Amino acid sequence: MLRLDGVTVRFGTHTALDAVDLEVSAHETVCVLGPSGSGKSTLLRVVAGLQRADEGRVLLSGRDQSAVPPHKRGVGLMFQDHQLFPQRDVAGNVAFGPRMHRTGRAETERRVAELLELVGLPGAGRRSVTALSGGEQQRVALARALAPEPRLLMLDEPLGQLDRGLRERLVVELRALFQRLGTTVLAVTHDHGEAFALADRVVVMREGRIAQTGTPLEVWQRPASPFVARFLGFDNLVPATVVGQAADTAWGTLPVPEGTPRGTTRLLVRPGGVSLRAPQEGLRCTVEARTFRGGDASTVTVLLRPHDGPPLEAACTLRDAPEEGAEVGAVFDPREVVALTGPDEESVGTDEEVFETDEDGPGTDARDAETDDGSSRPGLFPGQLFGEDVPKDA
Amino acid sequence: MDLARREIAPRGRTRPRALGTWVRLGLMAVPVAFFAVFFGYPVAAIVGRGLRAGGQWHLERIGQVLGDGATLQVLWFTVWQAAASTALTLALALPAVWVFARLDFPGKRLLRALVTVPFVLPTVVVGSAILALAGRGGVLDEWVGLRLDTSVWAILLAHVVLNYAVVVRTVGGFWSQLDPRQEEAARMLGAGRFTAWRRITLPALAPSVGAAALIVFLFTFTSFGVIQVLGGPRFATLEVEIYRQTASLLDLPTAAVLTLLQFAAVAALLAVHAWSLRKRETALRLLPAEHTARRPSGAGQWTVLCCVLATIFVLTVVPLLVLVQRAFDGPDGYGLTSFRDLAGQAEGATFVVAPLEAIGNSLAYAAVATAIALVIGGLAAAALTVTPRTNGGAARTGRLVRGFDALLMLPLGTSAVTVGFGFLIALDEPPLDLRSTWILVPLAQALVGVPFVIRTMLPVLRAVDVRLREAAAVLGASPLRAWREVDFPLVRRAILVAAGFAFAVSLGEFGATVFIARPDTPTLPVAVARMLGRAGESNYGQAMALSTILMLVCTAVLFALERVRTDSQGEF
Amino acid sequence: MNTHVRRAAAATTAVLTLALLATACGGSGGGGDSKTVTLVTHDSFAASKSVLRDFTKKTGYKVKVLRGGDAGAAVNQAVLNKGNPQGDVFFGVDNTLLSRPLDRGVFTPYEAKGLDEVPERLQADRDKHRVTPVDTGEVCVNYDRAWFADKKLEPPRTLDDLTKPRYKDLLVTEDAATSSPGLAFVLASVAEYGEKGWQGYWKKLRANGVEVVDGWEQAYNDRFTGSRGGKGKGDKPLVVSYASSPPVEVLGDKSPPAQAPTGVAKGTCFRQTEYAGLLDGAKNSKGGKALLDFLLGKRFQEDLPLQMFVSPVREDARLPKLFTKYGQTIEDPATLAPEKITKNRERWIKTWTSLAVK
Repeated sequence: MLRLDGVTVRFGTHTALDAVDLEVSAHETVCVLGPSGSGKSTLLRVVAGLQRADEGRVLLSGRDQSAVPPHKRGVGLMFQDHQLFPQRDVAGNVAFGPRMHRTGRAETERRVAELLELVGLPGAGRRSVTALSGGEQQRVALARALAPEPRLLMLDEPLGQLDRGLRERLVVELRALFQRLGTTVLAVTHDHGEAFALADRVVVMREGRIAQTGTPLEVWQRPASPFVARFLGFDNLVPATVVGQAADTAWGTLPVPEGTPRGTTRLLVRPGGVSLRAPQEGLRCTVEARTFRGGDASTVTVLLRPHDGPPLEAACTLRDAPEEGAEVGAVFDPREVVALTGPDEESVGTDEEVFETDEDGPGTDARDAETDDGSSRPGLFPGQLFGEDVPKDA
Repeated sequence: MDLARREIAPRGRTRPRALGTWVRLGLMAVPVAFFAVFFGYPVAAIVGRGLRAGGQWHLERIGQVLGDGATLQVLWFTVWQAAASTALTLALALPAVWVFARLDFPGKRLLRALVTVPFVLPTVVVGSAILALAGRGGVLDEWVGLRLDTSVWAILLAHVVLNYAVVVRTVGGFWSQLDPRQEEAARMLGAGRFTAWRRITLPALAPSVGAAALIVFLFTFTSFGVIQVLGGPRFATLEVEIYRQTASLLDLPTAAVLTLLQFAAVAALLAVHAWSLRKRETALRLLPAEHTARRPSGAGQWTVLCCVLATIFVLTVVPLLVLVQRAFDGPDGYGLTSFRDLAGQAEGATFVVAPLEAIGNSLAYAAVATAIALVIGGLAAAALTVTPRTNGGAARTGRLVRGFDALLMLPLGTSAVTVGFGFLIALDEPPLDLRSTWILVPLAQALVGVPFVIRTMLPVLRAVDVRLREAAAVLGASPLRAWREVDFPLVRRAILVAAGFAFAVSLGEFGATVFIARPDTPTLPVAVARMLGRAGESNYGQAMALSTILMLVCTAVLFALERVRTDSQGEF
Repeated sequence: MNTHVRRAAAATTAVLTLALLATACGGSGGGGDSKTVTLVTHDSFAASKSVLRDFTKKTGYKVKVLRGGDAGAAVNQAVLNKGNPQGDVFFGVDNTLLSRPLDRGVFTPYEAKGLDEVPERLQADRDKHRVTPVDTGEVCVNYDRAWFADKKLEPPRTLDDLTKPRYKDLLVTEDAATSSPGLAFVLASVAEYGEKGWQGYWKKLRANGVEVVDGWEQAYNDRFTGSRGGKGKGDKPLVVSYASSPPVEVLGDKSPPAQAPTGVAKGTCFRQTEYAGLLDGAKNSKGGKALLDFLLGKRFQEDLPLQMFVSPVREDARLPKLFTKYGQTIEDPATLAPEKITKNRERWIKTWTSLAVK
């Protein structure tokens, strides 16, 4: 359906997209996941034709799109901040696409009504878009993007500005909707939760390159590199030397899953794989902080300071959570230990900075939206786990 | 249409950075060509005629004229009266701008149309109205014994009356679309009412205040009719002096030097303006005006409203009423005598055409001039809005843009007689022998209208979010369609305001129009001036009657414009 | 980006269309076709439509009138367009400006029919006939009859009278630098007192409180007490205006008074005669000649007074009743040779400005 062949976009000396190859099959939902500045919005803009590629090709249904202007590409794009036309009412916004495609009045009206029904805003056609709430605007934007029946629907941070509850509900709704309509979807987001919930396949991007591709489960369970791991929120990373079923690390000898290649690597231990025992039963740590996460399992994240090695996070239930300052022993579950095959790279920057969400809010200068900042670096290999079998416990 | 894109495309692919610049240059081409042919060339021709003789430049004339103490005196008077008029206009008009932008009250539209009327009336007429207000035996003389004629105060007052609307409309249109919540946010952060205004709203308004001030300054700097009617022989601006040297003395060398001097002064002014403005233009979030105006509340707001209404009453309504009163005050008491005489003129003479015909001429000329000004000014504004997608070369492009910007403002600072005479000696060879065609009049009028269009449209165009256009594009709108569907509704207000300005300026334009020989189709201002130039109560009454008609036409046009404005707002 | 390209294309099309339109209209409006004769003149030119129709009937030519500002501006435009004129005939250069176009060869000689009916004193350039006199009029001090009757004061009659104490602060005149009657009044004083004496006269006049305003409109409408257009709000019962102003004051009155409300001080007048000429390089010089004949013809000459409020130059032209009843004939107005005026004009104005204004 959609294929990108070595697409490169440069802004001055900065490379926003660096030889990106990507394929999206029909009826598939692909989510591009990455921090701000990773080039994911540029990717959408290139596909939409709003941004010219300096190198490489964009193919839609096998046809090169270089000479096709945006309005003839037949793709839909839902903008991050919706970009509803302020001078038109809800129906006017939704009807815009069909009108541009010379759809008959009656047919347009029918489709508008249908779509508004679909996004849960029946009868809202005459309302002014400026009077809508954020969630409602989102739905109108979605209806508007769907109205011309694009062969590919692209969503830029589709749920970016919504509150948590609405977001979680909408993600489910959207997924169901796309499955029902059979729409091909390419979405970008910085929120891995959103990506995992929405996508058939996730593409993690970093600084203009693809860091990993895979199903949500694959990416979640086997991050390809420290960058991906950190981006997914995993901070329990430690350099290690794998010897057979065990690895030598600053946290002591850790068990590793079967088949882990030998040699120096980095190990990721998911917080769920760290269980807390009596101090003498495992790696001796001091509880530095605990953060209540809520949720069905009443999870608590416990930040541990081992006597040796980098800090460590553990997840446990509220009942089992130790007090701050307590001494505990950490024991590692080999099933939750992953060897990261990607290049060893620590200079990702502080997490807060890189994972800052607001890429381009509505109030910022429109022109800034065109340029992602950052500089090009040696890239990461795309994940090679694609197509392998998936462990059952996630 | 697609052709245009494809032509650009290969270049864009190989050198994507240059694309913005190329588009910009393409857009600039038409306005630049227009200005080169209809402004640069004629003015250069007349200046060249003055400074060249026998194949040689006689630049020593420059030194001679500039060395003359009288020249410096004229320059000094020109500058300070313009500065004083601008300051006074801003001081008196800014409260009104606030009232129009933020308060909602009955009759607002009519009032806004009304304050614009003096601006579009010929200066000759406004001059007489000011005399009727503050001159000998004028209203103020009879009420409070205040007489301003033949003093510089009369000039300043007339300039305020004429240019009040410039500030109210340019700044007011913009202010009404500014989001008041920004100011509210500042107040929540601990800023007082005035501090919040000064820190938040004023900087946002600065570009449009600057633009308005610039236009007022240029207008008063090149003031001619007002100075002639009210100043008495002691006061002369550069414009008056250029007129004298060209039209009555035919001393082209001196006129050429004075024209260059005026250019230099205007160029310096534009440079300062561009420099002070450069860093302040930002994309702003604009709101529909209807959401920002509220009913006045509290003693303070009522006081300001009342003061503004009183000011408008004295500055606009009273002079206009005096005109009307004099139009009806015929030889046999009040009545329609003057209007009947006016209608009678159609029979006998070629001297004055029937008022209906003159109105028709005026409206037709003004319509064509407005169309030209909108096209040229719209293209120029679009060119000034295009942003190149690169940081490299931005400085160079920036300079280019500012130069272009300034070029388009120059006609406002150029003497009408220079342009008029320039047309005659420059556009005298086929295919450009336009000397006796009607198009010359709208062309000359459009020259003055273009800067208004640019100044009005630029802030709004710059504030339109490019992503709205992109949203339309991915929904299947071709670029032209996207412009029509997205930009146009958003800038329609600005276009209408710009069109109104251009139309009004064209309608009232007298200086250049009167010099341009044309078939026997006088415009209203020319007809008024011709009648004022004759003795007798009948002629005077007819001049006033014609002015009244012109005034009514203007008010009607402006009021209609106000209505369209609000209708389009309804969609917001 | 593409938006702009397309916008540019659309706009360019619009401009081109407009330009084409302009050219098309320009083409039809051009003075080149032989059925039209183009008269270049100033803003004050006027003629009855029926008179112009007669011309067309008689000669087959249609008259196209081009106006270019006031008299001075119109003359200067003609001078600047020398050799490639805008039309065929120029009308409206008076004796104060005559040398300028004559010196620069703007006109081609043509002796119009009917010159023998014109008194010699009105004919300039008599040997070459480059210009044809068309109308004449005088600039004189006007007085307000009612005001002087009220004050039981005899109105002034001569230039000398104006310096007398009893007429102190009563006269308003126009800036000679910008106003044609203002200049004429200064020239009257030059003609009367000569190169040496006129400055002394103005010193006396200044001491006697002469007021100078910018233009005729302000002087007559705003300051002159006798102007009915000014509704008697003025404060000066004496004004520099035209000899034809009194009849104009009663023009259109339903019950005409026995005499005009204003009078003319006959000893203060300066004669202005307006000339017409065939422009050098005229495209339709045959039609131009016919038009010059017509301007000097009786039909046009008799139409003049009520159209432009000047007198015909033909002695056999009948004056309208308004003029014979309310107008006054000025027997011997002052005048100066055009060459002399041209030569000294600027200097006189400068001197005058320093005497009367500064």
